[in-house]
Order: sequence, then C-alpha cells, then structure tokens
Amino acid sequence: MRRIAAALLYVTLIVGAGLTLFPLLWMVSVSLMPATEANLFPPRLWPRTVSFDHYADLFTRLSLARYLVNSALLAVAVTLISLLFNSLAGYAFAKFRFAGRDRLFRLLLGAMVIPAQVAMLPLFLLLKQFGLINTYGGVIIPGMASIFGIFLIRQYALSIPDSLLDAARIDGASEFRIYWSLVLPLCRPILVTLAIFTFMGAWNDFMWPLIVLTDSDLYTLPVALANLVGEHVQDTELMMAGSVLTVLPVMVVFLALQRHYIAGLMMGGVKE
Amino acid sequence: MRLPAGQRNSDPLGTSWPQRPSPAVWFIAPALALIGLFFLLPVAGALLLSFTDFDLYALGDLSNLRFVGWRNYRLLFQDPLFWTALKNTLYFVLVGGPLSVGFSLGAALLVNHRLVRCKGLFRTVFFLPVVTTLVAVAVVWRYLYHPRYGLLNYGLGLFGVAPIDWLGDPDWAMPAIILMAVWKNFGFNMIIFIAGLQNIPVHLYEAAAIDGAGPWRQFRSVTLPMLTPTFLFVAIITLIGYFQLFAEPYVMTQGGPANSTLSIVLLMYQEGFRWWNMGYASAVAFVLFAIILAATLIQLRRRRD
Repeated sequence: MRRIAAALLYVTLIVGAGLTLFPLLWMVSVSLMPATEANLFPPRLWPRTVSFDHYADLFTRLSLARYLVNSALLAVAVTLISLLFNSLAGYAFAKFRFAGRDRLFRLLLGAMVIPAQVAMLPLFLLLKQFGLINTYGGVIIPGMASIFGIFLIRQYALSIPDSLLDAARIDGASEFRIYWSLVLPLCRPILVTLAIFTFMGAWNDFMWPLIVLTDSDLYTLPVALANLVGEHVQDTELMMAGSVLTVLPVMVVFLALQRHYIAGLMMGGVKE
Repeated sequence: MRLPAGQRNSDPLGTSWPQRPSPAVWFIAPALALIGLFFLLPVAGALLLSFTDFDLYALGDLSNLRFVGWRNYRLLFQDPLFWTALKNTLYFVLVGGPLSVGFSLGAALLVNHRLVRCKGLFRTVFFLPVVTTLVAVAVVWRYLYHPRYGLLNYGLGLFGVAPIDWLGDPDWAMPAIILMAVWKNFGFNMIIFIAGLQNIPVHLYEAAAIDGAGPWRQFRSVTLPMLTPTFLFVAIITLIGYFQLFAEPYVMTQGGPANSTLSIVLLMYQEGFRWWNMGYASAVAFVLFAIILAATLIQLRRRRD
C-alpha cells in the first residue's frame, strides 16, 4: 500500500517535472537547429546536426553582446544601490526608536498595494525634465529603494539583540560604524536573499526599460528580444537562441545561490 | 545606557533645549526620499494628471494643458475598449489566479509529502520557470503554440484533436496566455505553501489520526484550516500580480486577436506611451489601482469573517 502510494507520488512528480522543464529544454534544442529546421512538420525534438550559427549571428550581426552588457550593468547597479538604501532604512525601522516610527512603517506597507504602473506616466514626465529619458540613470532610478526590501531587512534586523548594539555604543563606535561593521555582517543571509531577488527582478524587468529606453544601443536583453520578435518572426531558431542567452544568466545565478534564495522566500512568506 | 539620555541630563534647563535629531533620520532619509520622489509623488501626480487633457500637444508645450475634471473617467466608462480590457483582465485574474494557486498547492503537497525524497531537487525544478525572463519564455511559448509547427498541436494531434490556432483565435488566445502564466508562476506560491505546510505542528496530525481521521479528513480538518493565513497571503500577491498583466500579451499577441487579450495595463501603455494621451492613460491607471485596492480589501475582510 505504502509502496503503491510512493510510486504514484513519484510518477506524478516526475511527469510534472518533465512538463515543467520541457519548454526550456525545447528552447535550447531548437536554438541549435540549422536554419528552417524548426519550421518542419512534424516538429522535430532534436536538431539533426547541431549548429551554433544563430548564436554567432546574434553576436556578430545583432550586437547581442551590447545588450548583455547593458542588462548586466543595470541589474548590478540597481542591486548594489538598493541594497545600501534598503538596509540603512530597514535597520533603522527595526532598531531605532523615534516618534511616528510604527505609523510611518505601516504607511509604507500600505503603499505596497499601489501598482507600479500608476507611477509610470508622471515618472516619465519627471525624468524627462531631468533629461534622464533614454539613459541608464532613468532605468535605475525607480529601483534605487524598495518598500519590499526595507520590509524584508527590518523583519530580519528585529532579531539583532539590543545589548550588542549598546555595547558597541559604549565602546564609542559611531552609529554608521555600528551599521557597517556590526549590523551588515549580522544581516548577511537576508542581504544575499534580497540581492538575488533584486538582481533577478532587474534583469527580467521589461515594461519600464521599454518605456525609458528609445535608443537601441541602450536596450536591455528583454527589450531587445521583444524588438527582435517584431523583425525576425520567421527565424524561429534565431529567436530561441536569443531567448536562451536572455534566460541563461539569471538561471545560473539562481542555481548557484538557490539555497539562500528559497530559504529567504520561505522566511518572508511565513512571517505575517 | 543610551547616549542621548546622558546628553539630556547635562542640559541645565531640563528638557527645553532642542535635542539633536535622532540618528534614525540619516538612516531612513535616503530611502524615504527616493520612494517619495520617484514613487509616491508620481502616484499623486497621476491622480492630478487624470483630471487633465495631457496629450502630445501638452508634451510639447505645457501651456496646452487644461483641467478637464472628470472627463477622462466619463470617456473611459463609455469606451468599449476599456470594458473589453477590463473583461479580459478579470478573465485572466479570476481563471488564471485560482488555477495558479491550485497548481501551487498541489505541487507543494506532493513535494512536501513524507514519502518523497529529493525534495530539494523537485522544488528547484518546479521553481525554475519563476526565475526565467518573461519575454524570453513568451517567445518560446509562442512557438509551442504555433498552429502548424508547434508541439502542442502536434501532441494533441496524436490524440486526434484538430489543430487549434491558439494565439490567432479570439476564444483560445486568453486560455493560451493563462496556461503559460500558470506554468511560469506556480513555483513561487508553491514555495510559500511548502513553508506554510512545514509550520503545521506534527502533533495535530497525530491527534487527528488517533481520532480515526484518514488522509482526506486530515487534509480537510487540519491542513486547510492551518494554511488559512498562507492562503490569504498567496491570494493577495497573486491577485495584485495578475491584475498587472502586460508582457505576455505585449510579446505574444499585441492584445489581439480582435482585442481578446488586451489587458488594462496594455491599454494604459498604448494610450499613454504610444498615443501620448497621458491624461486619459492616468485615468486608466487609477481605475486599475481602485480595482486592486477593492479586491485586496475584500480578501482581507473575508479572513476576518
């Protein structure tokens, strides 16, 4: 009875895993097919001969390297900047006492129901005044601090014992010094989680870069890929190669650091 | 033993001397300034903008800007395109949302089952679509859905199903987008459900088993009630996320065929950033906000009852 149950469980899980992975595996497979092999009937699962032509094409003819650099640069910048500002604020909300602290924090949490798209139209006009449309800065600005990030760090920083901070104060450490050399190392697990979270969000972000960037030299990978779809609909294999290169970096980051990421996600989900 | 207290005592006149500002100000100010300037201020701006006729002419010269009161909202509610977008978005939220949550819960129960080993492996596999770039996987799914060369129709053909023009048929385009969204998103909520399941004390199941409850009864009387807070959290984040449907139709269908996948955010994008009717688009954005707020409050109230 137990055996049958276990077998059924595994069959369901393996079929589910196969279906989940299938679109991704097929994407890789088709990206390696010689031109036009993807437009055959019946569809082919494996390339007859493996061809890297489309990858070469993307780099030589379609300046994919440029988009890769743009995406990486922007995602790293957003991650580092927001980590700094969110950790400063999150720590203060957890460990400093000041008038109106809890009310302010609740207000911020409440603002999380406002969809980001509501701010986009005026933000566009605001950045246009500053001359930031069609610049890297324009893409980074809305991501430089996030309520979610502040929330995540505050929840974690609450567990830092006050006595530790007070001891450092008695030793004459400045408040910034305490934050930098005591609080940040203690918050490392949540900082790693938030860093992965932010990096993936920035890398995958589509709507805002699409709005802000008009010059194709500045495009991020998702924007460039969406543009490519419009121009090269027929080159299925080329599109798949572009998709593989867009997905690959985040996938690698995730697989390398998934332990932290999933642990952080579970922590965030359980609290409240 | 806090230093500010010591300083206050050294003040000869008691407490009348102004205190140094708390160091908290310097820690919180940068983040708050950024959020205020680049999020809350624009939100307020959107509200103002929605009462103006901001368009391409105003973009060129602000003196063309006029205050028009509720006109954008009146026009909006008379615009058949808005109602189509609202209907499509609700379709996506009300069908796709529960479907996603259902799959997430199912996957969580399977992965978390005590008879299953290599839980981490399955968890990672099911989570993989979540981290992928939406635009890239939309390109892949567009090809999967290809009426002639796509594998979906080929697979269905083996069972004698006639080819379906998934993204070209107004009746099938939205279900096709929902299917892709479920595939892309179920892993996220699965993780949260697993965390919720692991928080249920084992002794509750033991007590239920002693009372003679079978697996199904245990699921209904222990698992589901104990998961209520998790359900609420998952329902709200799914709801908020699904109302913001944009990239899937943008890449896969451009809102077509016959506007059958035009979502509210896509309508806002087209009106605001393609035709530069930013006043009108702001009204669209605010109606979306109002709907999301109302839906969230309804969810929260349901928990209290």
